[in-house]
Amino acid sequence: MTSEHASKQYDLDLGSIRTRVLQMGGLVESQIRRAMDGLASGDLALLEEVIADDHRVNALEVALDGDCSHLIVRRQPAASDLRMIFAIAKTVTDLERIGDEAQKMARMAKAIHEHGAASLPPAVDVRHAAEAAIAMLRRSLDAFARLDCDTAQEVILDDAGIDTEFRAILRQLITYMMEDPRTISTALEIVWIAKAIERIGDHAKNMAEYVIYIVRGTDVRHTRKE
Amino acid sequence: MAALPSATQHQVVAASPATKAEARGLSFYYGDFQALKGISMPVHERKVTALIGPSGCGKSTFLRCFNRMHDLYPGNRYEGEIVLQPDNTNLLAGSIDPIEVRMRIGMVFQKPNPFPKTVFENVAYGLRVRGERSRRKIEEKVEQALQDAALWDEVKDRLRQPAYNLSGGQQQRLCIARALATDPELLLFDEPTSALDPIATASIEELMHDLKERVTILIVTHNMQQAARVSDFTAYMYLGELVEFGVTDELFIKPQKKQTEDYITGRFG
Repeated sequence: MTSEHASKQYDLDLGSIRTRVLQMGGLVESQIRRAMDGLASGDLALLEEVIADDHRVNALEVALDGDCSHLIVRRQPAASDLRMIFAIAKTVTDLERIGDEAQKMARMAKAIHEHGAASLPPAVDVRHAAEAAIAMLRRSLDAFARLDCDTAQEVILDDAGIDTEFRAILRQLITYMMEDPRTISTALEIVWIAKAIERIGDHAKNMAEYVIYIVRGTDVRHTRKE
Repeated sequence: MAALPSATQHQVVAASPATKAEARGLSFYYGDFQALKGISMPVHERKVTALIGPSGCGKSTFLRCFNRMHDLYPGNRYEGEIVLQPDNTNLLAGSIDPIEVRMRIGMVFQKPNPFPKTVFENVAYGLRVRGERSRRKIEEKVEQALQDAALWDEVKDRLRQPAYNLSGGQQQRLCIARALATDPELLLFDEPTSALDPIATASIEELMHDLKERVTILIVTHNMQQAARVSDFTAYMYLGELVEFGVTDELFIKPQKKQTEDYITGRFG
C-alpha cells in the first residue's frame, strides 16, 4: 500500500474515498458527543439538532457507497486495493449505524428531559461508558487512517469493557426501579441509551476488524483473540 | 454477515489436485540470452493455470517449452525438465520426438490461424496426419471436436466452406476444435482472446470452463481479469523468473509477494 499506482487518478480516487470515510467518522463522533452533552444539560435544541443531523451521516453513506462502486467499475481493484474498498464499504455501513445509535440516544435524552430531569437516577454513569465508546470509535478510525493493526487489536479487546459497563448500568437501574417505581420510565430510557452505547462499541470493534483484514488479509471476525 | 473475500477458505476447496505436468528447474536460452531462470511449478490436472506478467517476463516462452516450439529455431537451448504425467515423460529429453509431444499437447495462438482449407478439413487435419483413414471415424471425430468447441451448431451447414469465411471468434473456436480433435491431454493457450471482441472472448472463456472437465489448460494472458475469471491457479512471472504461484483467488486477494501485489494492483512501473 506504500507505493503509488501507475495511474495517478487511481491514487487520488482511493485517497479521496479514505478521507471521506474519516470525515464521516468525525461527524458520527460529534453526533454521539452532542447527544451525551444534551443528556447532561437538558438542551433540547441541541438534541433536536442531533436528531436532524442524522441525514448528513446517511447522505455520506450513500455518497461513499457510490464512490466505492464507481472505483470498482473503473479500476477492478485487486489484492490490497480490493481489500481496502471492500473494508471501506463495510466500515461505512457500521458508521451509518453508529449515526443511528447517536440519533436514538438524542431521542431518549429528549424524552427524559421532557419528563423532567429531576427524576434522573443520579448515580448511573452512562457518561463514562459513552466516553469509552467514543474512544474506541476514534481509535478504530486512527487504526484505519494509519493501517495500524496493533491499535485495531486493542480496540477489539476494549469492546469487552464496554459490555461489562453496560451490564453494570443495567444492574444499577434495576435496583433504582425496584426501590422507586416512579423512576421506571426514565430508567428504561437510560437503558436504551446504554444499549446504544454498547452497540457503538460493537460497531467500532467491527471497524477495527476490517483494518486487520485490509492489512493482513485475514478475517478475524467471530474468532477468539489472535 | 457476509463473508469477507478470504484467501484461506478457497485454499481448502482447491486442495492438492493431481499434477498433469511439472516444470523442474527449467531454464531456457535464446542463444546467449537466458529467457527463463530455473522455473519450477506444477500444472494441475483438469484445472486452468494462468501465466501472467509484464511483456518480456517469459510467460509465452515458458508456454512454448511445453510443446517444444522452440525447437524450430537453431541456437535455442533448454535446461531442466518438464515432466508430463501419468507416464513421467520428460518432454525436453533429447530422445523425445517433438511431433509426439505435440500430439499430446495442443496449442491455440493469439490470432486465429486456420489453414487455408475448409472448416471440415481444418479439424480433420490432425487426424489425417496421425494416419486415420476411416472416413466415418474422421467425420465422427470432427463433429465431436466442433461440438466440444461449441461451434458445431454454427458451422454444421457450412463444413465445406473455407474456414476464412468464419468470424474471428468462430475461427478461434475452430482452432480449438482442431486442437481437440486429436484428444490432447494438455491445451496451451497463448493469449487466445486478445484479438477478439468481448462477446467472442466470453464464449472462449466459457468454453475453457467446460473443457477443463476433460483436459488440462495452461493459458498465457495479458488480461488480469481474464486470469482471475478463468483460472484455478495463477503464476506471476517477472524477468524470466517465477515470482509467485498459487490458488487464483488467493493470489488476487492476498498475494504473498510484494512484486505480485504491485503488478496486480497496477503499481508496476
